Amino acid sequence: MDYSVVQQCMHCGLCLPTCPTFVETGRERSSPRGRIALMRSIADGELPLSREFAEEMDYCVGCLACQTACPAGVQYVSLLEKGRAASENAGLLDTPMRRVYRWLGLRLLMTRPWLLRLVARGVAVQQIPWIRRTLYMIGAMRLAPKTLRDLEPSAPPIDAPFSDARIKTVETPPAEWWSGKPRARVAVLTGCVQDISFARVNRATVDVLLAAGCEVVTPRSQPCCGSLHAHNGDLDQAKEQARRTLDMFDWQGLRAGPLAFDSVDAVISNAGGCGSHLRHYADLLADDPNYATRAKAWDAKVRDVQEFVWQVVGGGQQAVGSEATPQSRLERVLTREPSALAAGGATKRVTYDASCHLCHGQKVVSQPIELLKRVPSYQFVPLAESDWCCGAAGVYTITQPEQAGKLLERKLGHVKAANPDVLATANPGCMHQLNLACRDDASLANVRVAHPMELLAEACRASDAS
Amino acid sequence: MIAASPATPANYNRADAALIDTLRGVVGADNVLTEAIDVAPYAFDGTAMLKQRPACVVFPTERSQVPAIVKAVTSAGVPLVTRGSGTGLSGGSVPLDGAVTLVMTQLDKVIEVDTANLTIRVEPGVITMKVDQEAAKHGLFYPPDPGSQKISTIGGNVAENSGGLRGLKYGVTRDYVMGLRVVLADGEEVWLGNQCVKDVAGYNLRDLFIGSEGTLGVVTEVLLKLLPRPQARRTMVATFATLESAAQAVSDIIARKIVPCTVEFLDQTTIRCVDDYANLGLPLDAAALLLLESDGHPAVVEEESAAMHQALIDNNATNVETAQTVEDAERLLTARRAAFSALARVSPTTILEDVTVPRSELAAVVKFIAGCAERHNVRIGVFGHMGDGNLHPTFLVDERNADEMHRFEAALEEIVDETLRRGGTITGEHGVGLAKKPFLRRQLGDGSFELLRKVKQALDPQWLLNPGKVFD
Repeated sequence: MDYSVVQQCMHCGLCLPTCPTFVETGRERSSPRGRIALMRSIADGELPLSREFAEEMDYCVGCLACQTACPAGVQYVSLLEKGRAASENAGLLDTPMRRVYRWLGLRLLMTRPWLLRLVARGVAVQQIPWIRRTLYMIGAMRLAPKTLRDLEPSAPPIDAPFSDARIKTVETPPAEWWSGKPRARVAVLTGCVQDISFARVNRATVDVLLAAGCEVVTPRSQPCCGSLHAHNGDLDQAKEQARRTLDMFDWQGLRAGPLAFDSVDAVISNAGGCGSHLRHYADLLADDPNYATRAKAWDAKVRDVQEFVWQVVGGGQQAVGSEATPQSRLERVLTREPSALAAGGATKRVTYDASCHLCHGQKVVSQPIELLKRVPSYQFVPLAESDWCCGAAGVYTITQPEQAGKLLERKLGHVKAANPDVLATANPGCMHQLNLACRDDASLANVRVAHPMELLAEACRASDAS
Repeated sequence: MIAASPATPANYNRADAALIDTLRGVVGADNVLTEAIDVAPYAFDGTAMLKQRPACVVFPTERSQVPAIVKAVTSAGVPLVTRGSGTGLSGGSVPLDGAVTLVMTQLDKVIEVDTANLTIRVEPGVITMKVDQEAAKHGLFYPPDPGSQKISTIGGNVAENSGGLRGLKYGVTRDYVMGLRVVLADGEEVWLGNQCVKDVAGYNLRDLFIGSEGTLGVVTEVLLKLLPRPQARRTMVATFATLESAAQAVSDIIARKIVPCTVEFLDQTTIRCVDDYANLGLPLDAAALLLLESDGHPAVVEEESAAMHQALIDNNATNVETAQTVEDAERLLTARRAAFSALARVSPTTILEDVTVPRSELAAVVKFIAGCAERHNVRIGVFGHMGDGNLHPTFLVDERNADEMHRFEAALEEIVDETLRRGGTITGEHGVGLAKKPFLRRQLGDGSFELLRKVKQALDPQWLLNPGKVFD
């Protein structure tokens, strides 16, 4: 454990009111400063590395709201990951079943893009309504292990075709969206779960970047970035996934083709959780002599898509590498002024639920809101406690269903109060969690859950049609 | 790391199984923690470097349970340390080895807001900010705003007599406490104070308990005075080339019979750290930055802020900026709000001190601190509440560096001596606790110090309530 990070905690307590698990239990051990104190006590040899400690680490939502509240800038995420890794390496939570599922998930499925997509294709078939009905009717579902059967109804719907089929390796903006040399050249990360469940969001992301006047390159068969592994205490595999992600690009100009790292101005992520992890490869690979330098250069270029698009079209600043700033399709489509609460002509209400790792991890807070406020024919309504976790939190719904349920309930209360037609959020886990919730709650049945990029892309396409 | 609190003296008992059973009987088994992993996070408060694990942690869920808890603990001869959210900055709620820590956070009911008499009656675990939010619902105002107000409890504020940014005009916690319900060392419950504005019946025992840091009794109910909520607020920031001109400007504003609600100060080290952290474009060569705020009736605010502006100009402010909108004000407040955060990031260990001097001595003491930092080769950023003379010299050190810690101690020693020489106090708002205990006798003198001990002896003859705090 990195003692200097632990030591940076002044135990001032300002994180306490922002921590969902502390607010639930009222006990210090379930708070960020309490968990850090436990880590420090273990490092100092005053406490053993115990099963209870491992459970406490597991109970942490990992929302990183504490990082926003912390006056001393403690990087809690790195402590959490190392704490979880220490308890995983010591096998403190091991059961035979758990070991099998972790191996299947983290080591088998999430390390092989082709296998993940193959399985997804199988699931897509299973999810065709009449096939699914038939499988249940003839009792075939009973052949699956109980854990899988329990999870099946809440499995994310597969969104085929996947990104490689929807997005070309290199795309340049069509003439009616942008004229002249692209203002920037960006690489888009399509993710793993994002790719199989929300490939449409990836397409929309590329569309918006094109509409903003950027050339877009998208590497094929992208691996998982390793964020899942890091958050779940498998740091070795997280490092390997980071290396594979870096290896998608040509670092020394040896390969012909569009993927020279030097040639891209920014690397774009549209998933809050992944982006938060992708920006910290330098920490993760600091001890790897072959990758440390690359990881630093990488971190400097990773941007969340909302952050990047707002910088290009809204912030009035030029992107790196651009020479002129003629207006793009996106700039023409977005309204000049933010929509007011009672804006005339606005037909639909849109609200925004911040992904924790986008707002607390990446500190991208206002950009998505600024963009949403300018999507034509939408009226933006604020969502109370938008920066409070919805309970999705990676695999938290599976590992801690009870606490995840409480967080979701709290979230839905605020969503109902905001009464939106569209609930926008920018992370696949949150999108999936909220989708399920809206499906299961009659009063939210008409709410559409969408990524902000989907709304922006639709606005651009609609203006083509008119 | 450094266990600064004394080990349990021979005459104290450790909490044993029988006592823990009794406590479980009072509050329920779920509300008594004894496992190492559960109690370790209660071994400290917000003070750097102080740590001592209690034997057990008890959470009362009803006010009525407190007398039984106190009685059980003291009659077993075990030390009792009362704690709120544990944000204190003088080690006031750091436990003792083997002690029982009594955590009041679950006693968090707002009992009554009395809009006819402008008071609020709360349990001690109510969060400070919630008191003001409840007041605001009725157009009322609870002014004390300690830096930890989002999580600190009102009981902790009473125990430490906490201050905040509005001290100059509105005073500190003591100025708002009208009544207290207190459980004494023997478990007897007493009501101190009155809801009348005027009340001179008997000794003022209520005030004795405010700031007593849990050494005299356990507060179970607080009656607070509220004010009408100010309708308007105006914020301004001024920078100065010398400390003297900044200090003179503050004196001059007050001499012109204006009492701003806030006059905050940042020294050069702090300005540079803040700018480095928050990129605000602050003037890095400025010796001092002042943040001032006037509040009240709109017409008064208008007039006061114009006069404050003039006084700042007259005293050679290099720049004065007045907020025109709420957003503007927020932006100006950023520098002051970021001060502690910015300093805290510079080094692994951040030690926040709290010396306070008469306003007239401010410039001299700030200068002295700067010299002291240089002489002892330690980094010190100074910010604080210039209006009330309350400074926060903040030491940026690393507790693993023994040599640096010695230099810190030497520098602190000199700063304390200088503060006392100029008629100041070792603590303006954080309390004595453990951190400032070595200096208390020096400030009070033998007679007054012994008087404190006599009071303690009378109210807690076994010396079991938060022993070792304030004095030995």
